[in-house]
Amino acid sequence: MNVDSTIEIAGPRPLSTAPSASSTSRTPPALELCGLSKTFTLGGGLFKRGRALGAVSDVSLRIPRGQVMGLVGESGCGKSTLAKMLLGLTTPSEGDVLVDGKPLRGANQKALARHVQPIFQDPYSSLNPRKRIAQIVGLPLQVHGIGTARERAARVAETLDVVGLPRRAADQFPGQLSGGQRQRVAIARALIMRPDIVICDEPTSALDVSVQAQILNLLLDLKAEFGLTYLFISHDLAVVEHLVDRVAVMYLGRIVEEGTREQIFGAPRHPYTRALLDSALTPEPGLGVPDIGLGDAMPDPSDPPAGCAFHPRCPRAQPVCQQQRPRLEDIRGDNARVACHLA
Amino acid sequence: MPLLDVNNLRVDLPVEAGMLHAVRGIDFHVERGEMLCLVGESGCGKSMTSLALMGLLPRKARLSADRLEFDGTDLATLSERRRSDLRGARMAMIFQEPMTALNPAYTLGNQLCEGLIRHRGVSRREARERAIYLLGRVGISAAKERLDQYPHQLSGGLRQRVMIAMALMCEPDLIIADEPTTALDVTIQAQILRLLRELQQEFGTAVIFITHDLGVVARIADRVAVMYAGEVIESAPTPALYAAPGHPYTRGLLSCIPTPGRTLPGSRLQAIPGVVPSLVGDVKGCAFRNRCPQAQPTCERTPPLMSLPGDHRARCHFADRPVPAPRQPETMS
Repeated sequence: MNVDSTIEIAGPRPLSTAPSASSTSRTPPALELCGLSKTFTLGGGLFKRGRALGAVSDVSLRIPRGQVMGLVGESGCGKSTLAKMLLGLTTPSEGDVLVDGKPLRGANQKALARHVQPIFQDPYSSLNPRKRIAQIVGLPLQVHGIGTARERAARVAETLDVVGLPRRAADQFPGQLSGGQRQRVAIARALIMRPDIVICDEPTSALDVSVQAQILNLLLDLKAEFGLTYLFISHDLAVVEHLVDRVAVMYLGRIVEEGTREQIFGAPRHPYTRALLDSALTPEPGLGVPDIGLGDAMPDPSDPPAGCAFHPRCPRAQPVCQQQRPRLEDIRGDNARVACHLA
Repeated sequence: MPLLDVNNLRVDLPVEAGMLHAVRGIDFHVERGEMLCLVGESGCGKSMTSLALMGLLPRKARLSADRLEFDGTDLATLSERRRSDLRGARMAMIFQEPMTALNPAYTLGNQLCEGLIRHRGVSRREARERAIYLLGRVGISAAKERLDQYPHQLSGGLRQRVMIAMALMCEPDLIIADEPTTALDVTIQAQILRLLRELQQEFGTAVIFITHDLGVVARIADRVAVMYAGEVIESAPTPALYAAPGHPYTRGLLSCIPTPGRTLPGSRLQAIPGVVPSLVGDVKGCAFRNRCPQAQPTCERTPPLMSLPGDHRARCHFADRPVPAPRQPETMS
């Protein structure tokens, strides 16, 4: 972003240089999750104890600066609750989030917003229909009291350029833009504070495929240009494979497998990861629809199965899987983790 | 004679800004027992087409067609009464969101049996027996107990299985399935698609499957019709469409999805620039020309439907010319 430096944003901002893999071990990761859990209470009342629902349980992840971590899993697996905790929109029940090595707990929301910004799924509901694009994109600057009105307008115009929107869009309302253009507005709003970390929660799911490609290209360009770190949440495995450096697979609130793109897509070790990959229908005629061999006994998140939460659907489940919960471990010492007794 | 024969179907909707031409003169046919996929992006007219076939268009919509024949019956001039005799009995529909398509106030048994009792005049007991049989066939365990449950007691995947069973109750000749798996998780989607394809082949039911997902199309369709801006711009048997797409839009759609093994991770995807044109007012010439990498001045004239080898048609002036090399291909060796 060729932003003239009249506006200074406080805080360390190593923007354009993505560190090499070796340096990541010494510098703290851009984002670190340590034993993060979120429990909601369902039902309950004056005299009745509610049931506990563990939306996210004991999630630990490190995302090095400049990398893309993919987070995949089916609806209700806790992906979005995790994203909300990272954005400070929900307080974790347990565990910590470290941004640049500093704990998020107790940090003020404004300071956090300078580092971490979201892009949500639905550009139709995430933009205020009564505000002009310039107001929507410029609002973070206003909230943080950055620059004069004129400086802010200049910054908005530059950011619109960066995300590939015409300048005239500044005076339009979200209703006048297409889905792809709206998602560009959402990206511009996320970038205007020049964050280090962007949490992308299904950013292309609501878009048509021809537009999806435009937005994915833009996200890749922006990452290269500003050295951004992404947590990329998606259910579309082809998109995840295209975009990410590492992948974490979630099932019922827990990470069941985590590794590099090559490790997860090339040689998945958890049966759930394998089923997910088998279910992805690539545009290859003649292959038919695969039989993924999964039961459809969808578990109740407020009453998760004992042992491995996946065992009721797992085609390979053994007696041990019903009794003991497998730990997420780096069994082979290859920096990939899997939680399966049979891995 | 095909089961369904559609010629020059048009659907117009009056909107504030003028007349919206949602479907602009499309031709297609469906043979008995085949799976035809209608594929296209939002606003291309695929859902309006399905509603027109079912006779469920919004009241203000205007329909016209040179031919709209279902098994020899002209649908365009059919009375509403005769129409509702067909609906559910010989043509059934599966919608995208089973929660809104099922009535929350009635039990599954009630809803499953209603059509069969109405159309075939069978007893409630016989209808329940068929419902139990079909629930079993769509993979629902304890089918008998399920009949007394309400839709909210089922997961999304189970609800869609119930919708499939319901569509099959009267053994229809044609099922129209409008994005039936789009709202489901991927593992459930694979299971439902497999089931639908198996049952379709077993019962010999013709299916019009409407989707935006070219991955799904590749795996289930016998033939494909690609829609863009209210027109069918290409139709072909599935293998031919993927092997040698004849329309630049189809080529664009296929190249903009990342495909493992073919696209290099992290490389630039070939996006289709621009946006779909407005269909309010008259559309002249090729509707895709403003986004087309091969557009020529000729494209301002309406393109003919060109025939390609093997029951393959494309609405493009240049469909029979060699395909130009893609721009900056970044593919795996």
